[in-house]
Amino acid sequence: MGLAKRIIPCLDVDNGRVVKGVQFVDIRDAGDPVEVAKRYDEQGADEITFLDITASSDNRETMVHVVEEVAGQVFIPLTVGGGIRTVEDIRRMLNAGADKVGINTAAVFNPEFVREAADRFGSQCIVVAIDAKCVSDSSQGNGENKRWEIFTHGGRKPTGIDAIEWAKKMVDYGAGEILLTSMDRDGTKIGFDLELTRAVSDAVTVPVIASGGVGELKHLAEGVTEGRADAVLAASIFHFGEHSIEEAKRAMAAAGVEVRL
Amino acid sequence: MNTVAVIDYGMGNLHSVAKALEHVPGDHQVVVTSDAGQILAADRVVLPGVGAMRDCMGELKRLKLDTVVKQVADSGRPLLGVCVGMQAMLECSAENGGVECLGLFSGTVEPFGTDLRDPLNGQHLKVPHMGWNQVDQTMPHPMWKDILPDTRFYFVHSYYVQPAGPEPVAGSVVYGFPFVAAIAKENIFAVQFHPEKSAQAGLQLYANFVTWDGQA
Repeated sequence: MGLAKRIIPCLDVDNGRVVKGVQFVDIRDAGDPVEVAKRYDEQGADEITFLDITASSDNRETMVHVVEEVAGQVFIPLTVGGGIRTVEDIRRMLNAGADKVGINTAAVFNPEFVREAADRFGSQCIVVAIDAKCVSDSSQGNGENKRWEIFTHGGRKPTGIDAIEWAKKMVDYGAGEILLTSMDRDGTKIGFDLELTRAVSDAVTVPVIASGGVGELKHLAEGVTEGRADAVLAASIFHFGEHSIEEAKRAMAAAGVEVRL
Repeated sequence: MNTVAVIDYGMGNLHSVAKALEHVPGDHQVVVTSDAGQILAADRVVLPGVGAMRDCMGELKRLKLDTVVKQVADSGRPLLGVCVGMQAMLECSAENGGVECLGLFSGTVEPFGTDLRDPLNGQHLKVPHMGWNQVDQTMPHPMWKDILPDTRFYFVHSYYVQPAGPEPVAGSVVYGFPFVAAIAKENIFAVQFHPEKSAQAGLQLYANFVTWDGQA
């Protein structure tokens, strides 16, 4: 009995439409964020994250409407990430019905933005997203000297900043949660970078969401049992109808992880 | 038509609360307002809240809504507190170096601190207490109607309420140690979790509220 570990499906939204080919056998419109979010809610998702991948700032307004629509019909926590750069961006998303916003690149360029955001809206709604990549492994196996660096712009630009130090700093600045994505594992389907996840989770006092690399259900439980994450985020494993959230939860429960069933 | 006023004092989750109230069955009308007249004319009132207590109480006082909430409490009409809205109903909070609150319940609001541990294995527990946790319904109450024992609700908070005595405790939850998840007294019911983010169980709680007559 106690706090459940969370499963969070992540939806990429481009100009108001869910992309990356979400597939459900019996859904009318797989590109409609409301329909997809409702489906995940019915399956027992603990939260939903929307990543706004719209390239043009002209289309940002569309995301506000998406959030409004979803928040009127889906009553679980909603996080919106992608393109959050100003206090005004946050205010609009929260007013539209988002519960949390994910800040990534903007935090790297201006860490004070995180402090300002947390002061203004409370730490509980500020998620700092960290994209980390392993940059050295001189230990050749025992992992003691592993280092991870944070990258911006979808993992393309190195920053020279140590991921663990950065996570600690962001919590000091007021982050209420860390969304940690391994750029080495993202899209590989071979599982989370468990060493990275554990290193960050042990280093910070706030919840950590593991992300990047889930290809099988057992990976989700590993993120919690070995990575010590408080929540696990996945996209493709749920989108293509390979597995439902409910199946994922049963698999986690079978592995001894407390979940909301 | 019966009206539910959601008190608007600029603190975050009020739109989510209003949307959830609008979503539940019934012929009630939901108004989001900071107008004393509208609040006092409503059949039911919700005090939501997200963020820091200093700002919450500061805004309530600035808008002169602190006395309005007390009037609602005294009027016998159903009053629901949610999250920081619940915490504001105690006498004072340790947040922001100490903040005087509404005092509808005797007791205080305390921090989890940074050294919260699981008594079973000594492991550090993350703060905020964030996610779905099981609520033990320690008191039968019309607000728990059709909600199963130990149902999970969504929590996100770093402070918890500590009533002066056990009398008002209507629900409890365990995170490192057992603490209060819901308090009730006459026409007041208040919860630490977010019913508007707790899927079906949360909607049921709001459905119960829009039909509750304010009698325990």
